Amino acid sequence: MAEIRTETMTVNMGPQHPSTHGVLRLVLELDGEVIQSVMPTIGYLHTGIEKTAEQKKWQQVIPLVERMDYLGPQSNSLAYALSVEKLLGLEMPKRVNDIRVLLAELQRLGSHLIWLGTHAMEIGAVSMLFYAIRERELLLNINELIAGFRFFPSYIRIGGLREDLPRGFHEMVNEFLDRFPTKMDEFERLLTKNDIFRRRTEGVGVVTLENAYQWGLVGPIARAAGSDYDVRKYFPYSGYDTYDFTVPTATEGDVYARYRVRIAEMRQSINLCRQAIARISPTGVWACDDTRVVPPPKDKVYTEMEALIQHFLIYSQGFTVPVGDAYVPVEGPRGEHGCYIVSDGSNRPWRVKMRAPSFMAIQALPSVVQGGLIADLVAVIGSTDVVMGDCDR
Amino acid sequence: MQASAIIEILQPLVPGAVFEPGRSVDFATIYVPADRLVETCLVLRDAAPLEFKALIEVTAADYLPHEPRYEVVYHLLSVSKRLRLRLKVRVPSGGSLPTVQGVWRGAGWPEREVWDMFGIVFDGHNDLRRLLMPEDWEGHPARKDYPVQIRKAAQTYEPLEVSEEEFRANIERDRVKRAH
Repeated sequence: MAEIRTETMTVNMGPQHPSTHGVLRLVLELDGEVIQSVMPTIGYLHTGIEKTAEQKKWQQVIPLVERMDYLGPQSNSLAYALSVEKLLGLEMPKRVNDIRVLLAELQRLGSHLIWLGTHAMEIGAVSMLFYAIRERELLLNINELIAGFRFFPSYIRIGGLREDLPRGFHEMVNEFLDRFPTKMDEFERLLTKNDIFRRRTEGVGVVTLENAYQWGLVGPIARAAGSDYDVRKYFPYSGYDTYDFTVPTATEGDVYARYRVRIAEMRQSINLCRQAIARISPTGVWACDDTRVVPPPKDKVYTEMEALIQHFLIYSQGFTVPVGDAYVPVEGPRGEHGCYIVSDGSNRPWRVKMRAPSFMAIQALPSVVQGGLIADLVAVIGSTDVVMGDCDR
Repeated sequence: MQASAIIEILQPLVPGAVFEPGRSVDFATIYVPADRLVETCLVLRDAAPLEFKALIEVTAADYLPHEPRYEVVYHLLSVSKRLRLRLKVRVPSGGSLPTVQGVWRGAGWPEREVWDMFGIVFDGHNDLRRLLMPEDWEGHPARKDYPVQIRKAAQTYEPLEVSEEEFRANIERDRVKRAH
């Protein structure tokens, strides 16, 4: 029998491959179907947001940072706002914190829905995407109601929120919260015990806890490997310590464990949303009372000279932030989001740097998939839930 | 834990190194000399009272015109001790510092990004190439003296509408300093 000639083959996966979540490019070296090596190439979505932010005033950076992680925009703006508020020494009123928690959790649901839909679609359960997108539509409607903008609400501002909640907000959120748990059950009935889904995911793409920390993967990936680290519990912000919730974990560290952790997280988010919406009064304060940052109420602007001047200063010069640097982490949908800001005491940031969980996840990808099958690579990319806008910034 | 308490733990384990507590509003900040960085990081990772097992990020800031010009910033996390720490290393213009890839494998890409954006060289790094910018890019965009917002028409040779000096003068004019 003649010997079969074997040689490795180099294949480009992406940047336009449908299962690479945007513009991730992987240069694969394949031996048949077995992956010999992976070299991720990123930067196709790099838009220099951090550099642009240095030319903007502090408040103008909010819409910019929301465009980084476009599936979880408000965890970016929350991380940025919290960091700036830390430098300014601002404390938020309780109602503002509760609204922020509610928005962050609704957004976690929205982001996880996209993850669930695309992840399941990539391993064959195509209909899952439509079910997930349908529910996400309701969340985008809530964004539209509060801000008039479905994707990037820019509703969280330094010093509080943009304005008070609109009429009908509570009804809309409650309607969603009443409807969603049964939908979650339906999603789980489709996937959790699905034999095909489990065979594609169990034992695939294992990340051990030690490796997760070594690669800086803190978030759902580490929690699926046995960590209980969640910023909301370890370093509470926005009053998360006053809420009753648990941090779901798993120990296997494979794709299926990450699936179970995220599904359990969604149920916890529903729980958190219920607690938050019950605390929020329909009208009330929506910003702190620091006149350096928050413009005076409109009726005062029209009747008092000082208020008019203050209003004018805030919107023309902006406000200044004391010299120093700060980093306040938040638990975003993909793991720890945080914004490192440096101020030189002026009205524009000296440096803005977003800590991107997707960036770290893609860095770790080769170590996870090497020696595996090319079909598993798709499952692993889906389970790490990378967003290229977050990675490339 | 205060920066001074962490320095007290570090000092006997890294003999002879000069640590300096930094000013911060959130968590402890320590200035580390570049030549003792790797040693210090190993101690921070393995010493029983600290256990900074996770490197959260590596970034830098350009303090032009001050010298040393750059500060490279490391954010560390100790899950078991519920601690955060910020390490800072001062790097002069054209200077370099050792890589911490041997301590945390996840340092590879963040350091590459710092090189890409600031041109700070990490000695011993296994793959110091462009990461976010294209391979053939010239210059390091996050530096403060890198020109921004210069309007260029694509593929033509018209003169620039705003020179780099004009632009920087504009920014400086708008940069209001107010006492707090």
